[in-house]
Amino acid sequence: MGKSKKTLTDTALLLTITILTFVVMYACAMIFLGQSFLTFNGFFDMLNNKSTLLIVSCGLSIVMISGGIDISVGGVIALVGMCCAIYLKDFGGNPYTAILIALGIGIAFGIVQGFIVAYLGIQPFIVTLAGMFFARGMTTIISSDHLNVSDVESFKKIFEAKIIIPGLGFVNNNGVYVDAFLKIGVVVSLLIVVLLFFMLKYTKVGRNLYAVGGNAQSALMLGINVTRTRFYSHLMCSTLAGIAGYIYFITFGSGSGDNALGYEMDAIASSIIGGTLLTGGVGNIFGTMFGVFSLHTIQTIVASAGLGDPWWTGITRASMLCLFLVIQSVILAVRKHAKA
Amino acid sequence: MKENAVLEMKGICKSFPGVRALQNVDFTLCKGEIHALMGENGAGKSTLIKVLTGVYSKDEGEVFIEGHNGAIAIRSPQEAQNVGISTVYQEITLCPNLTVAENMYIGRTKGVLQNWKKMNAKAEKILRDLDIPATATQQLGNYSIAIQQMVAIARAVDMNCKVLILDEPTSSLDENEVNKLFGLMRNLKKEGVGIIFVTHFLDQVYEVCDKITVLRDGQLVGEYEIENLPRIQLVSKMLGKDMDDTSDIRGDVEIYDDKGAEPVFEGEGLVSNAGIKPFDFYIKKGEVNGFTGLLGSGRSECVRAIFGADKVTGGKVKMHGKSVKISKPIHAMKNKIAYLPEDRKGDGIVGDLSVRDNIVLAYQVLKGFFKPLSKSQAYKFADEYIKLLDIKTASADTPIKSLSGGNQQKVIVARWLLTHPEYLILDEPTRGIDVGTKVDIQKLVLKLASEGMSVTFISSETDEMLRTCSRLVVMRDRKVVGELTGDDLNQNMVMKTIAGGGE
Repeated sequence: MGKSKKTLTDTALLLTITILTFVVMYACAMIFLGQSFLTFNGFFDMLNNKSTLLIVSCGLSIVMISGGIDISVGGVIALVGMCCAIYLKDFGGNPYTAILIALGIGIAFGIVQGFIVAYLGIQPFIVTLAGMFFARGMTTIISSDHLNVSDVESFKKIFEAKIIIPGLGFVNNNGVYVDAFLKIGVVVSLLIVVLLFFMLKYTKVGRNLYAVGGNAQSALMLGINVTRTRFYSHLMCSTLAGIAGYIYFITFGSGSGDNALGYEMDAIASSIIGGTLLTGGVGNIFGTMFGVFSLHTIQTIVASAGLGDPWWTGITRASMLCLFLVIQSVILAVRKHAKA
Repeated sequence: MKENAVLEMKGICKSFPGVRALQNVDFTLCKGEIHALMGENGAGKSTLIKVLTGVYSKDEGEVFIEGHNGAIAIRSPQEAQNVGISTVYQEITLCPNLTVAENMYIGRTKGVLQNWKKMNAKAEKILRDLDIPATATQQLGNYSIAIQQMVAIARAVDMNCKVLILDEPTSSLDENEVNKLFGLMRNLKKEGVGIIFVTHFLDQVYEVCDKITVLRDGQLVGEYEIENLPRIQLVSKMLGKDMDDTSDIRGDVEIYDDKGAEPVFEGEGLVSNAGIKPFDFYIKKGEVNGFTGLLGSGRSECVRAIFGADKVTGGKVKMHGKSVKISKPIHAMKNKIAYLPEDRKGDGIVGDLSVRDNIVLAYQVLKGFFKPLSKSQAYKFADEYIKLLDIKTASADTPIKSLSGGNQQKVIVARWLLTHPEYLILDEPTRGIDVGTKVDIQKLVLKLASEGMSVTFISSETDEMLRTCSRLVVMRDRKVVGELTGDDLNQNMVMKTIAGGGE
């Protein structure tokens, strides 16, 4: 026994692995594939495309850290998108006040699902499965059409809004300078990442989430309100899904029952790749961000290598997820063994 | 409330389906007193503690705490903390994924934000004051159980509690650590903290406690000053009957004579991945022997290697003189070896299954899953062993998790006896169970041996080993350092050998 030298916590260890993997992967892509990987535009495209997924993945990470799961997020995104589209098209609503609709839907889902999971003690998987069916069903009831709102005048401003970053663009093959730009969603998602990082690390609620996920029985004995913590985790996750729904809406400008199909699974995969354990108690929001990036990068790499068919992307994602799960369990097992 | 009392519980009643766990129990704790709460398993100690800490809600009765007018209601561990009741449980109730400092402060600091710097500094100071070899910023899961336990105590100590409940805190600590804990308890006593100490170690009770409250079958037997209650009386009060001195249990059993008996099991240079040095070992028919040594000396690891419970990485094994391969528990079971593990919660019981299913489990595995036992057969076996071992359960269909610790242990013994083993390994079968059941199990071991079974018996109480074993293998630092038989079988020789003989 005695004082052992400083070792990393499980969370920090898995975070390091995730970031290293992403950096190595991106560096390899830059060297061997070049093309878009060598421009800022390529990197910014990733941010622009993945801001919605990033936000829901953050929500999923929170629930998973507390030991739960939420698979209703994709449905919530679709429902939010549909409601906002109807609001703009049929009621002539203002795209800015649509934020309230998005938040309202998210919070409502959070309260109902959180209440059922935390206070009635029902398995979160089942509850959010029902939530998913309900959200998808409601979306289709509201309208089975694919509503495109990008032609709505009031919406155009926010839809086409870009933040051009001077000096980071590139000159394409035709000698034309292409601006590097970020969409609003990127700013929102990065802001959320930073906020949640601080929430998880420096607030009581955040630490309670880790404690509940680490060992709920112990957390109860330590005087933590376990039910309320679980409720909060679902509330936060669904609220984030609502926000993600709005970002999805202003990024793609449409409402449809098929929007954000499979996002919940991508979000879970990103969280896991980012070092969140399905068993709870371990995870980091920055890890989740790099998880989202890694998942996107590997897909782009595969596509650039000429394997653009959807099944190749699926297989690649599957292998990557497997690889990370194996790495995680091996490392944690080795650690446990080294201790004993 | 009585003068000087810090806690008073009056007429506490609590029932669970089928069991009246507490009936009209009173308990009073004074300032600056260490008060032992004693009783057999199933006496209601744990239930009383859980009522007091808000884990269970009481059916009837009142609780008074110093500084609060009238009876107070404690509905959750949080509320118990708020009125100044802190608990350290036998099983670690901390979160292994958080840091040591967080485990000491989570759930009890005010405000919304977590100040890491301040918390780490405070935690580091307390750890140093209490001489606990842990670093505040390290993840708790990186430390051994003993240190985790001490962190739990550090947390409780820091809570300025009026009532500190220590529920079997010493069962995973070695002697040195126990002394450290006792020093700590005496300091707290001087500061006026009332301490409720629950333990099965009589020595420890007489070493630190001032008063003893005895419970039996959910009822209060009485409260006694320690000077007025000699050990033998305490034991008889706990059991509710006059008892012969436990050291006499050998009386009617013949002393083991190995003349002519051939070894049942022989191991040569056995070594596993659990960190033990290679060891040789044999046991003869009808012999009872044991591994002894301090906590962490490798006792359990040796028998786990024999049974194939850890990965065996070397050595030769013979059964009845014939070479066999034992690398998995199923191989050992097929060779008629049975093993009762130390950690009954983790390795032994299947909590949600009934007593009956738990009893027939190993037998069924051995028979093969495609030849299921008939229901009536299973009931027959279960009833037979429930009677044989005097297992206290409502019925054979009761889930095992609702039984008390000692009775769970008996169920597991029954499970292995049902497989009719030639060689039975019992690893700490008496840990955490009451005196009466302990003696039952020791008697059972000797009876089985007299019927021709070979038994290896491990216990952290040397007395118990000396009473039951005819040969002791002594271990130190994961190495076999000596073997004692005959006249050498006494406390002094054991301690000498552990301390540094045998080389």
